[in-house]
Amino acid sequence: MNIQQNSVSENNFEQCIKCTICTVYCPVAAANPDYPGPKQAGPDGERLRLKRPDFFDNALKYCMNCKRCEVACPSNVRIGDIIQAARIKYGPQHNTSLRNFVLANTDLVGSLATPFAPIVNATVKLKPVRLVMDKVMGIDHRRIFPKYAHGTFTAWYRRHAAAAQEAYPRQVAYFHGCYVNYNNPQLGKDLLKIMNALGYGVQLLDKEQCCGVALISNGLYKQARRQAETNLRSIRTSVKGRELDVITTSSTCTFTLRDEYPHLLKLENADVRDHIELATRYLYRLLQTGKGQLKFKEAAPLRVAYHTPCHMEKMGWAYYSIELLRMIPGVEVTVLDSQCCGIGGTYGFKKENYEVAQSIGAPLFRQIEDSGADIVATDCETCKWQIEMSTSKPCEHPLHILASRLA
Amino acid sequence: MKFDTVIIGGGLAGMTCGIRLAQAGQRCAIVSQGQSAIHFSSGSFDLLGQLPDGEPVLDPEAGIAELAGRWPSHPYAVIGTENCARYARQVPELLREAGIRVTGQAQHNHFRITPMGKSRATWLTIDGYLTTPQIGEFPFKRVCIVNIEGFLDFYPEFIAEELRKFGIECRFGNFNHPDLELIRRNPSEMRSANIARVFDHDADLEALAAELRRLAAGCDALILPALIGINRNDSLEFLKQRVGHPIYLLPTLPPSIPGIRAQQALQHRFRALGGEYFLGDCVLSAQTEQGRVRRVFTANHGDIPFEADHFVLATGSFFSKGLVATPDRIVEPVFEADVVSRPGRAEWYTLHFFDRHEYQAFGVRTDNRLRVIRQGAPLENLYCVGAGLAGFHPVQEGCGAGVSMLSALYAAESIARASDKPVAFD
Repeated sequence: MNIQQNSVSENNFEQCIKCTICTVYCPVAAANPDYPGPKQAGPDGERLRLKRPDFFDNALKYCMNCKRCEVACPSNVRIGDIIQAARIKYGPQHNTSLRNFVLANTDLVGSLATPFAPIVNATVKLKPVRLVMDKVMGIDHRRIFPKYAHGTFTAWYRRHAAAAQEAYPRQVAYFHGCYVNYNNPQLGKDLLKIMNALGYGVQLLDKEQCCGVALISNGLYKQARRQAETNLRSIRTSVKGRELDVITTSSTCTFTLRDEYPHLLKLENADVRDHIELATRYLYRLLQTGKGQLKFKEAAPLRVAYHTPCHMEKMGWAYYSIELLRMIPGVEVTVLDSQCCGIGGTYGFKKENYEVAQSIGAPLFRQIEDSGADIVATDCETCKWQIEMSTSKPCEHPLHILASRLA
Repeated sequence: MKFDTVIIGGGLAGMTCGIRLAQAGQRCAIVSQGQSAIHFSSGSFDLLGQLPDGEPVLDPEAGIAELAGRWPSHPYAVIGTENCARYARQVPELLREAGIRVTGQAQHNHFRITPMGKSRATWLTIDGYLTTPQIGEFPFKRVCIVNIEGFLDFYPEFIAEELRKFGIECRFGNFNHPDLELIRRNPSEMRSANIARVFDHDADLEALAAELRRLAAGCDALILPALIGINRNDSLEFLKQRVGHPIYLLPTLPPSIPGIRAQQALQHRFRALGGEYFLGDCVLSAQTEQGRVRRVFTANHGDIPFEADHFVLATGSFFSKGLVATPDRIVEPVFEADVVSRPGRAEWYTLHFFDRHEYQAFGVRTDNRLRVIRQGAPLENLYCVGAGLAGFHPVQEGCGAGVSMLSALYAAESIARASDKPVAFD
């Protein structure tokens, strides 16, 4: 028996040498003095919590789970996981706030809103409505709500795309996520256009639910686990039953499916994890290995500034999206400094976090304004909302830009 | 992913190498497992402060020549006396081009002051930090040493004790401000970066200036821990102008503000030159064919490897796990390179912390071009640079930064010469 191996703790907790580098790179600690920072909230606090659970500090709720502490850590400690796992284990178990329930249940709210999208969109834009949401629910009135699409992606797919997809010689499965389904079906259509151009048909999973990232961050752990189980079942059917890889267009969904499921929800996914990846990475591999080719049309020059979302930084995959953008003729790419935009999923929607969110994002917004770019590109939907609300530039998914310039 | 050169490790050595190769027109990638030990920087870069036998070195260039004769396995001896002198002339410019303003000469050490007040021979120091041309030749007679109330990583009493040995009259000042109360609620987090963020605000810096002005009365100068300017460049000038007295910074215990700034400046420079910096990733395995490294695989990139003509191992020493000590041997985990070490663990160290411990000179075995040796033969396109090299004692000899940067430039020159894009390196 290798005692040294067996005495290694979860999340490499004992590897922390207290160097404090994580706290240097924590976007929240820099903006909100109520948050003690990842070293204190993570490994330091964990020592106390292991001794007595009532050492749990409620300030852990300020962690937005961006994982930038983990990217910075020289000792490979999973600091963000320690903090989130502590919230799950020791924090409040039943989150009863209506606001958190609404923000976390992107699936439910999305399916209620999309049939009435024009009315919903017009209503939540109204100042009095926003003031009521602020006062009653604690959703900040300055926050602009994302627009809902009139009709979901899946409904469109079944009606207009499903049959045609069968004809392609190769197939891939698509985890579209709530954003594509309820807010931006166009991105799903863009993906189909690109994959079809490469000879790939796109299939939906048997049953897809929200990946659960917002449920985890809002304390709805049981529901998160239930939905994760459903998703993993569908992914297994796809990967193992049909031999279809699963691709996604959201960096956060991808990260949640691959890493948060085993680390936070304790749902083993090692058998399928390598088959879940971002579409940009999947495309990069196809194009680099010569298994596919894309033809582009002549189009006006476009200056694109790429923003690296936090979970993309954690996965280390921004390179693929950036390289795809660089392949497009006429597109000039600048890469913005990798820093948090402040939104943190549902974090920045909450009244108590609004100021902090905008202050975290301020340096990024300045860099975007000074970049001279026509458009910002990013793989995360909530970053997109934050950037469009807080800067003068439009923000789109790299694949939307790519699809719009296909011949 | 295809690059001209892939560098494993993003510390001082890795980034120096990457910057030099990117300048030479190469497409480089750096894979770094987290932020580097530059975050523990003293604000100075040492070239050579002492010979291995303990003799102090005043002229590092001459010291390197002597070292090369008497200790032939030292990295400086391997790189060569003339090369060392040539690279040492290139380093200040490389740092300045990255925005790190340094002063110093390779023919003449000056002295930096540690957070404990001791004088240490050094080569280059970032502008604004307290240095002396000779030990004890301080630029003041009466000084006020100012600390921030509750800051744990700076020791005015120790510093004063040292300065008083040279007849310097020392007073103490303490600064407090309501905005600091917010950090103080977590007393263990009264650390440099958190405090420096407060002083990045005009109002707080102004308040500090007002207090420094009051404390400066009757003093020639002020000493301040390096707690200013984490995101702004003008903090020290701002204070000097308002106070009207010389203000000297002293480094703190980690994380160090000059270190954070230096890390970010070098990273920016590397990226601006077209380099790709992969942070938070870890090389898990490598494929070699016919004595050449073909590709490496990382934790984040799974089945998509990093392929390159040349590879650089800049993973550092024990702290960054470039070397791993098992109960009975030293291992280089990425390539399983041959390692210079001793067989018996009892010989690795002594019982005195500040001794010259044998383990500190353990490292990767290389040939005279710094190519990594594995199973007795060099890998043709893999170079080792920086703290992972064998044969030197960075702390006792005061040569850590110098070995990192000079070995990086030496490897970069070899790589650039061996590639299709040769560039003059003068």
